[in-house]
Amino acid sequence: MTEQTDFVEIRHAQKSFGALEVLKDISLSVTRGQIVGIIGSSGSGKSTLLRAINDLDPLTGGEIWLDGVQVNKSLPHRQYEKHINEMRQQVGMVFQHFNLFPHMTARENVTMAPKMLKGLSQAAADKLAEEQLDKVGMLERIDYYPSQLSGGQKQRVAIARALAMKPKLMLFDEATSALDPELVEEVNLVMKRLAEEHMTMIIVTHEMDFAASVCDRVLFMDKGVVVEEGPPATMFKHPTKERTREFLRKHIEGAK
Amino acid sequence: MDFELMLKVYPFFLEAAWTTILLSVLTAILGLTCGTLGAAARLSRFAALRFLGAAYVSLFRGTPALIQLFILYFGGPQIGIQLDAFEAGVIGLGINAGAYMTETIRGGVISIDRGQREAARTLGLSSWQATYKIILPQAARLMVRPLGVNLNMLIKATALVAAISVIELTYTAQRYIGSTYKPFEMFLLAGVLYMIIIYVVGRGVAWLDRKVQIN
Repeated sequence: MTEQTDFVEIRHAQKSFGALEVLKDISLSVTRGQIVGIIGSSGSGKSTLLRAINDLDPLTGGEIWLDGVQVNKSLPHRQYEKHINEMRQQVGMVFQHFNLFPHMTARENVTMAPKMLKGLSQAAADKLAEEQLDKVGMLERIDYYPSQLSGGQKQRVAIARALAMKPKLMLFDEATSALDPELVEEVNLVMKRLAEEHMTMIIVTHEMDFAASVCDRVLFMDKGVVVEEGPPATMFKHPTKERTREFLRKHIEGAK
Repeated sequence: MDFELMLKVYPFFLEAAWTTILLSVLTAILGLTCGTLGAAARLSRFAALRFLGAAYVSLFRGTPALIQLFILYFGGPQIGIQLDAFEAGVIGLGINAGAYMTETIRGGVISIDRGQREAARTLGLSSWQATYKIILPQAARLMVRPLGVNLNMLIKATALVAAISVIELTYTAQRYIGSTYKPFEMFLLAGVLYMIIIYVVGRGVAWLDRKVQIN
């Protein structure tokens, strides 16, 4: 396989809700295996950008490319639906509020989509569920319902659910923001392990320490634009822009 | 109170109660069908269907069921709809109940957190797959109790078809009053039988509700 430099490419992303412009001409490329962190205050557009990548929040302008295929191409409705469902199978997403299916056990949460979309047999699906849940340390709770799990456990199952589709890219939308502080670490550990396996990841986060420790690159967004980006060492220690400094100051103060 | 008379006529009321039950069952089936279609229309991505769904609901909830029955049964023949009283009763009440059920079903569907659909779509499920695999199983659990309320109302509404002379409980009570001049006993008898039907159905709904809850 030839290595592409631009595995994920965002070209001139623009998004408006009526008169409110939340993304203003953002371009960004991510290479295969790269881990990109997006930081910024709420309302900066970072989640919207992340959700645009798998077209959950469609852009009003610009293009998203994944592995040489345009995600948000314009097609008639039916064809577009087919296209986007195929694209989304390649992109795992983890949400702030987990969004596990409450009427299904951990096993069923993990196996539902592979069975339905890839036609896995029950036996193959069970094997997959065991594999993926083991990877996130949740094998013991394989037949538990989400309501019987803690927040951190729920999020780990949600990660296993996303991984079960064997995605090329993982998107994390504030995966630990809704967790009690003592549960954050177990989820971070799972994400770190994924990073070690060179999964391509885009991580929207409020946790500067975590971003500093796992990301290859960090982007600081404010008011719909990328203000500054660079390797975490530079971004956190020697930011060049005043807005970045101000944000980091507030954030690090706030964390203390 | 004339207990002797009540005992004497009671078998006829029991027979009429079966008609009420049959009427209720058929009305519930038709109501659920109309309600499902109505809710699907209300939630459609097509504006024309959403409008039709909304029009159906406001039309049938916005006028008395009795008037709807009269239009169907007495007015129907004028525009070429010939139905016997029982048929008119089932169709009229069923369509009416469907309007209420439309809102119940729609309410159940929209009360499911948006994140559920998003999570399903993110995995690559189509809109329809997300609906039937993720949204509906959860929504159905939420609908059991409110649909039970609809069912309760619907059973009581079957009394209206006495006005188009379907021989059910209420009509039977009225008929025996004509010959006995004992409205207190006759309506009491009918009332008790309605209460028994509704109590049994209510217990059934509560049982189903407990059974379908997650954990």
